[in-house]
Amino acid sequence: MSLIAHEPSTDVVIDLIDAVAVLGSFPALAGATLLVRRGEIVLLQGPNGAGKTTLLRLCAGLIPLERGQGHVLGVDLKNDRELVRHRVGVIGHNNGLYADLTVTENVRFWGRTVGATQGEVDAALQRMGLNGRLADLPVSRLSAGQKRRTALAGLVARRAELWLLDEPHAGLDAAGRDELDQVLKLAAASGATVMVASHELERAGQLATRQVEVVAGQVREVGAP
Amino acid sequence: MSNSLTRSLPKNSSAVIATARLIAAKDLRVERRSRVLLNQVLPFALIVMVMFAFALDSDAVLERVAPGLVWLATLFSVLVMVSRSFAVETADGALDQLRSAGVPAAGIFIGKMLALMVQLMVLVALLVGAAVVLYRASFSWEGGVLLVTTAIAATCGLAAVGTLYGGLAAGAKGRETLLPLLLLPVVAPVLIGATRATESAFGTNGIAISEGWPWFGLLTVFAVLFSVAGAVAFGPLLDD
Amino acid sequence: MSTPTSTKVSPRDRVTGTPFTRGLGILVLAGMVLLIVLGLFVSPADVNQGESVRIMYAHVPGAWLAYLAFIVTAISSAAYLWNRTRSLTWDRIAGASAEVGVLFMGISLITGSLWGRITWGTYWTWDARLTTTAFLFVTYIGYLAVRGLGGTHQQRARRSAVLALLAVLEIPLVHFSVELWNTLHQEASVAGRGTDVEMDGLMLFTLFLGVVVFTLMYAWLVLHRQRSLALDDMLDDSGLDTALTARRAEGMSR
Repeated sequence: MSLIAHEPSTDVVIDLIDAVAVLGSFPALAGATLLVRRGEIVLLQGPNGAGKTTLLRLCAGLIPLERGQGHVLGVDLKNDRELVRHRVGVIGHNNGLYADLTVTENVRFWGRTVGATQGEVDAALQRMGLNGRLADLPVSRLSAGQKRRTALAGLVARRAELWLLDEPHAGLDAAGRDELDQVLKLAAASGATVMVASHELERAGQLATRQVEVVAGQVREVGAP
Repeated sequence: MSNSLTRSLPKNSSAVIATARLIAAKDLRVERRSRVLLNQVLPFALIVMVMFAFALDSDAVLERVAPGLVWLATLFSVLVMVSRSFAVETADGALDQLRSAGVPAAGIFIGKMLALMVQLMVLVALLVGAAVVLYRASFSWEGGVLLVTTAIAATCGLAAVGTLYGGLAAGAKGRETLLPLLLLPVVAPVLIGATRATESAFGTNGIAISEGWPWFGLLTVFAVLFSVAGAVAFGPLLDD
Repeated sequence: MSTPTSTKVSPRDRVTGTPFTRGLGILVLAGMVLLIVLGLFVSPADVNQGESVRIMYAHVPGAWLAYLAFIVTAISSAAYLWNRTRSLTWDRIAGASAEVGVLFMGISLITGSLWGRITWGTYWTWDARLTTTAFLFVTYIGYLAVRGLGGTHQQRARRSAVLALLAVLEIPLVHFSVELWNTLHQEASVAGRGTDVEMDGLMLFTLFLGVVVFTLMYAWLVLHRQRSLALDDMLDDSGLDTALTARRAEGMSR
């Protein structure tokens, strides 16, 4: 079963030209140019402070585009960035979960924000391997990897077309990382587009269709891994 | 192109209502699991009521000021409850997720406001009970009606303002001290109105019950104004 | 949008004065001198209050300015939010007006308190006007605290604009509740406070002069402060240009 419920409308998912975005007054993104097409899995590499997180937040419509041009899923980031948000899923260092609620309750909550049915919620849980005994555990009892999968299940339930993940492998053991890669590849195969910021250079071959380097707020192509 | 997007965007009023219900249910469910209101806020409020008795040290005085003390204790508790309500959202970045999911901000506001209001009603009921027990307050059936309607209007106003300013202060540095500074001046009319109405309900100083209803009117105006203002202002406040 | 593409600060821009404000400043100075002469020396003492009535010449204009500043902040905030392009000038006017307003509110409260002490024996009374002014004062301190929270200029502008408009809602409510509270209290102690002064022609004129001079002073202060805020913001932006160049250079060298 496809992870994405509806048909995508455009082929170009991210289109940035010389984009500048600031944190306070610091130009975290200092003129980034990037083109990403549907179904790609893009790996963002780069040292700390290079601007990877800012790039992700910009594409999610969370921060303003200070200068340059940017379109995500056809939406103009300069004027309409609020409109892209419900089609994009961002998971950063946080997971956006409610610690006191169970896994099922969390995923159902996020699914309900777009009117997902219980069936879709169950399917999302199943895809992430969370439908067993984990389903009724409060999130506070979960390991880092399990929390991560719960957050991703939320993205599935929300039918997000673009997945922006910031260091998703952090805190996972080897098996967990492999599992995560499988899930992300399946998501891309079903029509989602995935962009992952990661330090994990070894993962590149297994996961990404394309590697991109972010250095000092700008983007450089590295090519296919 | 933006037309097709706005069509797919859940921004109409039924989406706001659906969101509000979802968020209110979620907040109350979190409370049911974590029991912070039950285990921490209610005991805190009760202790405040006891402390008042120590400070004022006279049964006659306590009976006279009982209405004021009930609502003062409520105000202090509101600060804690609002802080908690938004701590739940910012702990794991859930509020950010809600924003990034494009969930209508007005729906988030109304949902959190309703959940806060329910919890406040429980708090006020308890505090009135404490006033009856500790300060020898009492009320007739008619007074009880006034009391309940006053509580509904007052808690609605407090929940609206609390959610609004709580959202503003959420995640900001120095927010623990910023929230009281912002919130307390704004809720002064609620303190005045609710206390005067409660005085009438308790019959303190021989004040008739009929004198309480104009105050109920003031509280209702406050609640309506800030509920509407909150629903409108919450979006711009949350945005980056 | 509203971010300037070229942010060179010319020598002329570094000064916040213009011929207009210099003229205004001279007018204010002259007016203040006249006010002091008239207020402290020439105008007559009051029949009832004696010399202490002279505090009125500072207190009444101060109170008037406090409310004017509040109105200006509210209108500027509304203008900022209303305007599609969100011009930051409105935000700076709102901020400058609030800062100056807090100053005058402080003056008004202190002079009023002293005046009350001398004339009626109490530093404070809970009448609607005084209490509301005190609440407005605290609200503005909160407003200035929020302006200092940091973030981008647009974030600051949006947060404070919403706060200012909420204050427009809050202040009349506070005033109304306190007034209602007082009339029902039957304790309207110092009734007619501040109004039981027999005013002869010269006193009236001096009072009027005081209001005019203080208003001009307010305008002068807000104009300058608004410009210095603009310079601060421009500094941030030009800092952006420098920082951008530096960051790109850093990228080249890797």
